[in-house]
Amino acid sequence: MLNRRQTLQHSWAVATLLATAGVVPFKAMAYEKAAFEAKSVAAALKALGASAPVASTEVTITGPEIADNGANVLFAFGTTLPNVKRLLLLVDKNPSALVGSFSINPAVEPQLSLRIKMSQSSDVYAVALTNDGKAYFAKRDVKVTLGGCGE
Amino acid sequence: MSEPSRIRIVPAGSNATVRVLMNHEMESGQRKDSHGKVIPAWHIQDVTVLLNGKPVMTAEWGTAVAKNPFWQFVLKGTKAGDKVAIQWRDNRGDSRSDEATVGSI
Repeated sequence: MLNRRQTLQHSWAVATLLATAGVVPFKAMAYEKAAFEAKSVAAALKALGASAPVASTEVTITGPEIADNGANVLFAFGTTLPNVKRLLLLVDKNPSALVGSFSINPAVEPQLSLRIKMSQSSDVYAVALTNDGKAYFAKRDVKVTLGGCGE
Repeated sequence: MSEPSRIRIVPAGSNATVRVLMNHEMESGQRKDSHGKVIPAWHIQDVTVLLNGKPVMTAEWGTAVAKNPFWQFVLKGTKAGDKVAIQWRDNRGDSRSDEATVGSI
């Protein structure tokens, strides 16, 4: 016999499967699941329909050089480029590279800070997407002493 | 039920720096419980910032945003009395909305 807990777990598993398979329109919002499941920076950007990013000194990312605790690493990122519609933060070696995507309008400065999790030492990318479909990036190499993903 | 987000607004001239501390587990989906079973991911997916009721920023988050997310941004052209609302929704469909008012300098 299944107890209540197992039944709930099964229904959750089935719901997740259906959502993954695209059978059920799980959320009406256009949450870009494919981009958030991408394993690398390049794959995540491709899933978002961005062109190959170009390194730019007008995109900035600041964060620690060494993070003692990967579960909680603060980054500030932004750009001085005009016509930026979207800012992304990605960690190359995380299980899923894309951490967050911020769509901004001109009422918001394209400068943000966010606390994130890092599973291991990795390059961290800030990417700015402009209205004309171009992508610019800056990256920072961060050493992680204790990973923030599991255990 | 979810706990309220803490919102602190620091006005400077015609801009306002907004600091937000949300209460959410942000379970990564990578961890395992004591029986070796994967703990399912549970995280905030969609965030919307409204200035006086008009959306000015929308964000999508994955599982790698830290537990009890902290983030900061700057709104342009604000004045005392403006209302800033922060809404979020997680992958279980839970959601909440919190509001703060821009104070005078």
